Amino acid sequence: MPFLEPPNDKAPDGKNRRSFLAALLAAGSATVGVLLAVPVIRFTLHPVLARTTEKSWSDVGKIQEFQSLNAPIKRLVSIEEQDGWRKTLIEKPVYVSKDTRGGLIVLSAVCPHLGCTVPWLEKESKFICPCHRGVFSADGTLLGGPPPRNMDRLRSKIEGGILKTQYQFFRQLTHNEEELA
Amino acid sequence: MNPPPEERHSRFRAWLDSRTGLDSLLRHALDEPIPGGAKIAYVFGSGLLFLFVSQIVTGVFLAMYYVPSADHAHTTVEYITKEVTSGSFLRGLHAYGSSAIIIVLLLHITQTFLYGSYKGRRELVWLAGCVLLMLMLGMAFTGYLLPWDQKAYFATTVGTNILSELPWIGNALKRLLRGGTEMGTLTLSRFFVLHVFLIPAFIFAFVAIHVYFFRKSGAAGPIGEDPLEPKLQSEPFYPKQLVMDMGFTILIIVALGIIAYFWPTELGPKADPSDTQFLPRPEWYYIPVFQYLKYWHGSTSLIGILLIPGIVGLLLVTVPFFDRSLERRPWKRPVSVGLFAVILLALGGLGLLSHREDLRNPGLAAQLKAQRDATKEFMQAKFEPELSGGSLLAENAALANPGAAKGKEIFEGQSCNACHGDNGVGTAAAPKLIGVGEKYTSTQIEVLLQKPNEQMTAGGMPPVNLKDDEMKALIDYLRSLK
Repeated sequence: MPFLEPPNDKAPDGKNRRSFLAALLAAGSATVGVLLAVPVIRFTLHPVLARTTEKSWSDVGKIQEFQSLNAPIKRLVSIEEQDGWRKTLIEKPVYVSKDTRGGLIVLSAVCPHLGCTVPWLEKESKFICPCHRGVFSADGTLLGGPPPRNMDRLRSKIEGGILKTQYQFFRQLTHNEEELA
Repeated sequence: MNPPPEERHSRFRAWLDSRTGLDSLLRHALDEPIPGGAKIAYVFGSGLLFLFVSQIVTGVFLAMYYVPSADHAHTTVEYITKEVTSGSFLRGLHAYGSSAIIIVLLLHITQTFLYGSYKGRRELVWLAGCVLLMLMLGMAFTGYLLPWDQKAYFATTVGTNILSELPWIGNALKRLLRGGTEMGTLTLSRFFVLHVFLIPAFIFAFVAIHVYFFRKSGAAGPIGEDPLEPKLQSEPFYPKQLVMDMGFTILIIVALGIIAYFWPTELGPKADPSDTQFLPRPEWYYIPVFQYLKYWHGSTSLIGILLIPGIVGLLLVTVPFFDRSLERRPWKRPVSVGLFAVILLALGGLGLLSHREDLRNPGLAAQLKAQRDATKEFMQAKFEPELSGGSLLAENAALANPGAAKGKEIFEGQSCNACHGDNGVGTAAAPKLIGVGEKYTSTQIEVLLQKPNEQMTAGGMPPVNLKDDEMKALIDYLRSLK
């Protein structure tokens, strides 16, 4: 076959030196390639690997404001959503209330039925959703109506005298709380 | 039976070569004869080619996070520098890479000049090289603006102002480059397009032309060699010269890596066009030109800005056309080599002069120190993401109008937000109210509130009865939801 020429047509005595230099070149190219490729790959993977999946804590208010609480109180919390180099601030309503043992709890104001915002009615001393009349007690326990579960409790903590919460959306119409990302 | 691996390899190569011609192409590239053999002095061209490739690679990846708009450019570069993994390093490679290109360009030109390698039918190689020099300087100039910090903004303001000194077309040219009379987001877009699309395209083309013409005329060899008909025994480019070139390339990338790692490229505070104190200083390779231009004002500026650089530039570009003797030894060419040395020394001297002036004038020194301190402080500050325009939009609009602010209280007090969502964003139970003011007049809204239509009633909307002033506030609020 005429196109099948031998791959090496160099003089045999120079062959060793040439293959040594070829190996040197290959090693050199690999060095340069790696030196550039490593930072480039790390740079590209940054949003995938360094993603802060941890949700941020939002301030609800000073702890003193809730000390003598005898009815749920509505607060707007600012939630910061970071998207690369920009952030979006949104405000969501929550209720600060007390559980049966008197500890502070933070309730999402979103009805677990169809997502309406549930108001606290002073007169009735209950949460009553105006959309389909879901009724909840002050600590968010379901008392009646179509909702499938209690009002959703948000994770909360007290830090430096400030009540903080981790705002969270939950799937509607399910019996158990299911966090949505 | 399977053929041994070596034979399989060569059969694959033959298969590939018969379809691509790769073997002969590679052989042609690697067997380039070098009269007198490989030399360290010949490594600069390959070094430049590598640096250009490195700039493309780092530049393409930087563009993954960069946004060329006056609103976001600075934030995105800050994000790259402070937040993204390896971001500061990659930006350093790119920024210092531009300096490296200028340095290696100078070495390449000096070597070519001292060796008289432009002689013997090599005018076009030289000309294409001159175009590449201009294009690279253009890359450096346009790239400098992109981070949109104080020094980028003001250095480019000065740089583009020089254009307006040109007679007749100066002002038009300046406006064309800036995209208006003032520096702004359009300037940034133009510089971005020049830096990322237009100039690189021309560089590709001229690198190809430069290399093609170089191969056509052949390597000139050492200074004693006849540039037209080489007499010395030649050695192919591969492997010895290629190994030297590779060694130089590794030296460049390692040096760049060390510098970028230990002395990260800084970013200053965001451009503030209203700052009247800021003293712009260009990158070091533009300092001599910057200093030179200080001496020319008013009636003489035409001589200084157009005539002298024009003559010097023309001399440099046309050198192979009038320096036609085949003598290449530098000591036998006192005029051309002397002229070249004078130009280099003048540039160096101007650079030193500028540096000295900045040090000696206490006012300048203090301002420059303040600028450096501001940059340091900015570099230490934590990255703060940019607040997106959509944030709290409804609230902002509502609070801009006191009536609407009261309406917001009513909206929440009447639990309208229970179904229509906070700030009227809508929920599963009821539609959003954002934009309702564009669909209906205030009177129509009032009628619908007091007497909801059938569809609304079916969805559970109760009639709203309020006092006149409260109704007005509520409608003001609804209209403010945009």
